[in-house]
Amino acid sequence: MFSNLSQIIFGRLTPSDFVHDPIMAGAGYAMIAALVLVIIGLTYFKKWKWLWRTWITSLDPKKIGVMYIIVAVIMLLRGLADALLLRTQQATDGSAGILTSDHFQQIFSAHGTIMIFFVAMGIIFGIFNLIIPTQIGSRDVAFPFLNSVSFWLFAAGMILINAPLIVGEFSTAGWLAYPPLSELQYSPGVGVDYWIWSLQIAGIGSLLSGINFFVTIIKMRAPGMKLMMMPIFVWSALASTTLIMFAFPILTATLGMLSLDRLLGMHFFTSGAGGNPMLYINLIWAWGHPEVYILVLPAFGIFSEVVATFSGKKLFGYKSMVVALAAITFLSFTVWLHHFFTMGAGADVNTFFGIMTMVIAIPTGVKVFNWIFTMYRGRVRFTTPMLWFMGFIVTFTLGGLAGVLMSVPPADFQFHNSLFLVAHFHTMIVGGVLFGAFAGFAYWFPKFTGFTLNERLGRYAFWLWIVGFLLAFIPLYILGFMGATRRLDHYDPSLGWQGLFIVAGVGVLIICAGVGLQILQLIVSIVKRNENRVGNDPWNGRTLEWSIASPPQEYNYTVIPTVTHRDEFWEMKRRHHVVKPEYTDIWLPKNTGAGVIVGLFALIFGAAIIWHIIWLVIVGLVGVIITLIIRLTNDETEEKLTAAEVAKRELKRQIA
Amino acid sequence: MKQIADDVAVRDKKTLGFWIYLMTDCVLFAALFATFAVLHTSTFGGPTGAKLFDLPFVLIETMILLTSSFTIGLAVLGSARGFKKQTLIWLVITFALGAAFLTLELTEFSHLVADGNGWDRSAFLSSFFTLVGTHGLHIAIGLLWLIVMIIRLWRFNFKQSDLNRLALFGLFWHFLDIVWIFIFSIVYLIGGMS
Repeated sequence: MFSNLSQIIFGRLTPSDFVHDPIMAGAGYAMIAALVLVIIGLTYFKKWKWLWRTWITSLDPKKIGVMYIIVAVIMLLRGLADALLLRTQQATDGSAGILTSDHFQQIFSAHGTIMIFFVAMGIIFGIFNLIIPTQIGSRDVAFPFLNSVSFWLFAAGMILINAPLIVGEFSTAGWLAYPPLSELQYSPGVGVDYWIWSLQIAGIGSLLSGINFFVTIIKMRAPGMKLMMMPIFVWSALASTTLIMFAFPILTATLGMLSLDRLLGMHFFTSGAGGNPMLYINLIWAWGHPEVYILVLPAFGIFSEVVATFSGKKLFGYKSMVVALAAITFLSFTVWLHHFFTMGAGADVNTFFGIMTMVIAIPTGVKVFNWIFTMYRGRVRFTTPMLWFMGFIVTFTLGGLAGVLMSVPPADFQFHNSLFLVAHFHTMIVGGVLFGAFAGFAYWFPKFTGFTLNERLGRYAFWLWIVGFLLAFIPLYILGFMGATRRLDHYDPSLGWQGLFIVAGVGVLIICAGVGLQILQLIVSIVKRNENRVGNDPWNGRTLEWSIASPPQEYNYTVIPTVTHRDEFWEMKRRHHVVKPEYTDIWLPKNTGAGVIVGLFALIFGAAIIWHIIWLVIVGLVGVIITLIIRLTNDETEEKLTAAEVAKRELKRQIA
Repeated sequence: MKQIADDVAVRDKKTLGFWIYLMTDCVLFAALFATFAVLHTSTFGGPTGAKLFDLPFVLIETMILLTSSFTIGLAVLGSARGFKKQTLIWLVITFALGAAFLTLELTEFSHLVADGNGWDRSAFLSSFFTLVGTHGLHIAIGLLWLIVMIIRLWRFNFKQSDLNRLALFGLFWHFLDIVWIFIFSIVYLIGGMS
């Protein structure tokens, strides 16, 4: 009777689910302690109202963008801690017994998932929010409320993926949860469910965001800005959001089917009853391969802006850059099978996908040459963003060549699932996406704060990163050739791998020092901000975002510019063009708490379905539906800022 | 009030955004169709589609849904010409047809489950229930949307913003109709013959 009742109220949640081994419990309690500290701080300084009004309920894309980046940075630290544990385990060949094999599996699953979905995606959407409206001369995104919902769904997914540190366990099935291992028969616990629902909720947020920014770019450009006049970063974002729109529904469907297998006993991917695990692997990579381009294309866009600005030249081969982006967008859907050449699809199929994979290297190569030619005969300023760019060119070319090696199917039978592969994709994602994010952060930081980051510390951080990065991953290429497979929690000492694993571990320690310096850089820059104050255009920029105030007003542009050139701001400066301010009324979206409430109910829904608490599932669903109905039937969502008020604010800003 | 030009811009954005949402939904259905195509022969010794599907019954379902697509079209056209009463009547008829369709679908499902041919019987049935059920879920969401809209149109006397929503709903409903035509042809006709 009692157990029945507790099952109705708590599903499969029991007190023993809160018991964890010391490392996990330590991480979990540290997170709770940090949260409690934040809550005490907010209460003590009476900042709750401020937090609610200026951040949580804000529909200003600049605020939402900053929140994305804060979440991504916290998750980067979590993912880095995971990496440190993995490297420690392997450097001691598993004999020291720091981690049990079960815990080791949870950590590598969490590391991959968090780094892709909550670090890389978070950074990309953060930068989209900050840069797209300002670069296209727009005051807002197309759907401000949807933007807020997307962010809070992302945040709900983030909370779900960290919850296993406190209650339950995480998936041990790797970052893509291949069945049949991820099916109920082999993973009966809550781990895979945490993985599914965290990604499902965050993924729907990403899809909505993709639609939002696509429409923003198509419909909200400043008058006169034709498609071929858009800054190249906006082009890269257009390509990336196109990929999101085509790829993320496949992820939603695939995760949905896996969870139906687990919840209702269906047989999509089970090893019995006619299920087909290979179907899952095809579907997940039909999303997964475009996903890597979703992440890296915006990074290409950032580098294109950085290299043009700091070379003092227009971007070399703008049109070929656009064509290359379009080609990559298309081709990225024709290569997914190269992730499983060994599955046995046959020589013809493998050949086709092998060749398509080699073909995709061509547009990417075009971009690399364009960047190098942009620097040629330019007046290159070696600022921190430029250092990240140069580091990227080196690592990305290395990693790309490794990728072309693997695109040869017979060779891939040797590399498949080896550390060579692990080294390859880390070179691309760390050296491509993360370096791009760091370059973009240093480049656009003054635009949104009014002061630059400390150059010296940034430089030190860069050098620690690049040295640590090479030390951490070059040994993995070698180990891969020596036969080391990925995801080993122990190996035979007689194989002679330990030396290289120790080098890789030292590399990660150096990266950690680099991250430490980046945090220090941020703190020092904020504390000494009055020494680094700059105007609207600190780098002699080329695109429109540098023409507006730093930090920008809530409405970005007091007067919407009319565009006549590519690199419009550069032309304005050349022509000494001054926009005569003729203020008009501006409509701004009102703040709303509906976004965070939708996120909260989605979180409740996710947690309830993971723990099979049926009544709470209903609460979560009904909550989401009712909140959306109330919000979507509200017609008074905007408020007017009169021209006189705009003029007053401008005057105040100019005096200050 | 805002200027008229602004309102048109807002409607343009929403229409484009909604079209794109529909296309992403189309990709989602495409993934489910592909799954069905791969798994439709994996009956694991259980019944095949030819044995299970009652084609005349499904034809009635299809006709009901197609008719509802016609009536929503009449409602949208009526609202554009300002025929308030007719619009409301056609919307209520659309709702009734949609509800009838959903009831028939659920009846079909419950018969299958009662005969021991539920979604856990074989991979083929898993993919069948998921594909057709996902469509049914969309219809259910559509019905909820329809209720909210009928109430608002009636209470707020055909505000422009509600008329814009009605136009989007029309797109949604026609889209579901097109998806159903594919389900009817691929799942029931082709799947029912094998």
